[in-house]
Amino acid sequence: MRETIRDVLVGDVSQVPPGEGRTFAVAGRRLALFHTRAGEIFATQADCPHRGGPLADGLVGSTSVICPLHDRLFDLRTGQGPEPDCGIRVYPVSVRPDGKIWIDIGN
Amino acid sequence: MTATIEKERLVVIGNGMAGARAVEEVLARGGADRFEIVMFGGEPYGNYNRIMLSNVLNGTQGPDDILINPLDWYQENGITLHSGEFVESIDRAAKVVVSQNGVREHYDKLLIATGSRAFIPPINGMHTADGKLKTGVFGFRTLDDCTAIVEYAKQSKKVVTIGGGLLGLEAARAMKVLGCESHIVHLAAHLMDMQLDVTGGAMLRRAIEAMGIYVHTQKSTAEVLGTRNVTGLVFKDGGILGCDMVIVAAGIRPNAELGVRSGLTVERAIVVDNHMRSVDDPNVYVVGECAQHRGRVYGLVAPLWEQGKVFADHITRTNASAEYHGSKLATKLKVMGIELASMGINEPSEARDEVIQFSEPKKGTYKKLIVREGRLVGGILMGDISKAAYLMQAFDRDSPLPEERLSLLFDLGTPNQKITLDEMPADAQVCNCNGVTKGKIGACVAAGKRTPSAVMDATRAGKGCGSCKGLVGELVAWFCGGEVEEDPSVHYYVPCIPLRKPELIAAIREHELKSVSAVFATLAGGVEDAASKPALASLLATLWNAEYDDERDARFINDRVHGNIQKDGTFSVVPEMPGGVCTPAELKRIADVAVKYAVPLVKLTGGQRIDLVGIPKDQLPHVWADLGMPAGSAWSKSYRTCKSCIGTEFCRFGLGDSMGLARKIEKRFRGIDSPGKLKLATAGCPRNCSEGMIKDVGAVAIGDNKWEIYIGGAGGAHVRKGDVLCVVDTEDDVLQLIGRFMQYYRENAKYKERTYTFVERIGIDRIRAVVIEDADGIAATLDAAMQASVDAAYDPWREAIAPKTANQFASLVTAADA
Repeated sequence: MRETIRDVLVGDVSQVPPGEGRTFAVAGRRLALFHTRAGEIFATQADCPHRGGPLADGLVGSTSVICPLHDRLFDLRTGQGPEPDCGIRVYPVSVRPDGKIWIDIGN
Repeated sequence: MTATIEKERLVVIGNGMAGARAVEEVLARGGADRFEIVMFGGEPYGNYNRIMLSNVLNGTQGPDDILINPLDWYQENGITLHSGEFVESIDRAAKVVVSQNGVREHYDKLLIATGSRAFIPPINGMHTADGKLKTGVFGFRTLDDCTAIVEYAKQSKKVVTIGGGLLGLEAARAMKVLGCESHIVHLAAHLMDMQLDVTGGAMLRRAIEAMGIYVHTQKSTAEVLGTRNVTGLVFKDGGILGCDMVIVAAGIRPNAELGVRSGLTVERAIVVDNHMRSVDDPNVYVVGECAQHRGRVYGLVAPLWEQGKVFADHITRTNASAEYHGSKLATKLKVMGIELASMGINEPSEARDEVIQFSEPKKGTYKKLIVREGRLVGGILMGDISKAAYLMQAFDRDSPLPEERLSLLFDLGTPNQKITLDEMPADAQVCNCNGVTKGKIGACVAAGKRTPSAVMDATRAGKGCGSCKGLVGELVAWFCGGEVEEDPSVHYYVPCIPLRKPELIAAIREHELKSVSAVFATLAGGVEDAASKPALASLLATLWNAEYDDERDARFINDRVHGNIQKDGTFSVVPEMPGGVCTPAELKRIADVAVKYAVPLVKLTGGQRIDLVGIPKDQLPHVWADLGMPAGSAWSKSYRTCKSCIGTEFCRFGLGDSMGLARKIEKRFRGIDSPGKLKLATAGCPRNCSEGMIKDVGAVAIGDNKWEIYIGGAGGAHVRKGDVLCVVDTEDDVLQLIGRFMQYYRENAKYKERTYTFVERIGIDRIRAVVIEDADGIAATLDAAMQASVDAAYDPWREAIAPKTANQFASLVTAADA
């Protein structure tokens, strides 16, 4: 077991409507949680690296989110953005059978 | 045993502009690794720019100045050059060429680029008994001709140039510069009759005569006088013109005799296929003025360059399917200091041809364009050729012309003023929203993105307000050299479903798809494309009205929380205020709300409403509740607002009740989704204070209870005066017809296509036919569909009490209690 793993409980699947995102406060920081229509949960940093747009307010696709301010598109699985120096941090997520969302927020 | 790769031998006959250029193109494609190149040139020089010969003639440039490739160039590139060697014969069976002096070269591939020579018309007395030109008579084609002409002109007083085409005019001017009395004799009724019409020819003649050169048109030379030296010309009309020197500039003839002797098919020149190969021999290529392609022989430099590229692509196998499809002729030249551009035909040739012209003889300015079906088929520009680059490109690419014909002839200084793509500097900003320059687009194309949508995805150009999309498309095409790849997805309503809007509507109806997720599941293989969601939501809302399953995740954030997102993630709140009118009580409430919530900014909008800016998401429901006013739809791709002036109630000029009509319009159409924003206005008189003529839809009172309806206007990123749809007699007619137009727009526009683009794309005549004359018989259906939308519309701010989704207005959700 890696020492850096810090699994924290963030919330419940029902707190994020299907196909949308919400910004969560957890362990002193802000995260964006996304709930795709296929039922997957993704977690990323809350703000767009471009101009700080709220990513959770973006349009969510099967595996991507588009920032609502200037349409930058990010891959929810890898965090990859439109340009090499414009990506976002993504966090490993596990959804427990009770619908609780746990995230490894690392350090 | 060592394996050496045998190079093939490429032999090029002709070292003129075509031959040398073709070899440069081969080298540029790494052809030196593949071919050992041998060239034959009849002239004892390297390669020179024949177009500049007139400068050598008038002394402004020396022979060395016009060299393109000096002799060193051949050495550096490992090319064997036999200069001063005329190729006499080609033994195609043995694949050997033989020169007059007996030089033999074997070839694997052969390029014939022997060009053309001056055409000397068969006129009595032109030649001496031994077949040479009479002393004092000169052709004008080569550097040697130039030298001889300049030498002979020193002892001549009066020179006649036969031929009033470009070359003849240049020769005549050179003679004038050299101090001779200079005359031009021309067969046709006006000068440069290949390029100019009668008017242009006449203006050119005046300019030339003003330089002290004599012009004689409609003169056919019958005889050259003089026993030893030339002493004059006799014309068919009996006239005589004495002179002591004659320059013949009566056109060119292809040097195709070598082809005839070698058994190649020769008509006017050597006949080639689309790969620029002789139709008789796949190892023999022909380019330039000695080649005849699809019945045409070209004497200008641009086609010859295009041919050279095709030849090089094909012979080096860089692109084995490269084909030449003929050239459209457009030239920009300077005749005797007069700037001139000419393209295509110079007179209309069909009844439907539209002629646009301007002439200002005093200044020597003449502009004439011939437009067929909205495309340029011919044109003449004299004096002021500032629009030449743009027009020549439009002509060459057959691209559609702007409706504003005047802008074709002049730069009007309007916001969409167009500098040509050639002239645009690399650091010119194309997309102002995302700071994308022309250079960046070029680099992106060079990196392999060859469709406008690929370039826009990669650079983000056009992803802001979108007003530069057309220009980005043009630039991509320009950088691709016209070889832009067809991107079928531009025709799709959304990129992830390969259907155009009507087909998509049919599929949605057939499968009864009432939610965006159902559309993805049925038509897109279950993959949800984030960018396509709002477009589909808009379409479904239009199609299904009350039956639409409004899945909020398909909507842009503005439509999920009913406000306009700001740069800091807060929102703006705009209550409804039809025609810019509110009661004192409402105004006070707005002020109270602004104070209570410490609203950072209170601002009047362009649509005559009050904007409370900077409200956090979680305060929105409270703000709405305290306002107690309906939403103003200031955030959406939908009907937005209707401005008005004060109309008849107080204004001393008012002709119609613009405020009352604005109120009726707003109450009827608020909350109606549409492909793009719909911003409306009513004006009480044609003074148009409320700017009804530049709105998506405008109604302008013109007296006698009549209203003029304008559509397709714009005063934003794009500025356009609307088209008059019709004039109606009652306010009810206004409501019905603008509703019908908006419904037609909702059903037929692309997503985010504003009315100003839509109206231009469909055409005002077609829209009038559908909306006013009911040519398609769908007026009643459109009216009914709009009515259904009106009935289904609701005030979204009621969600203040009943949120639609979990945490709909939460700025921040706190971690659940574990």
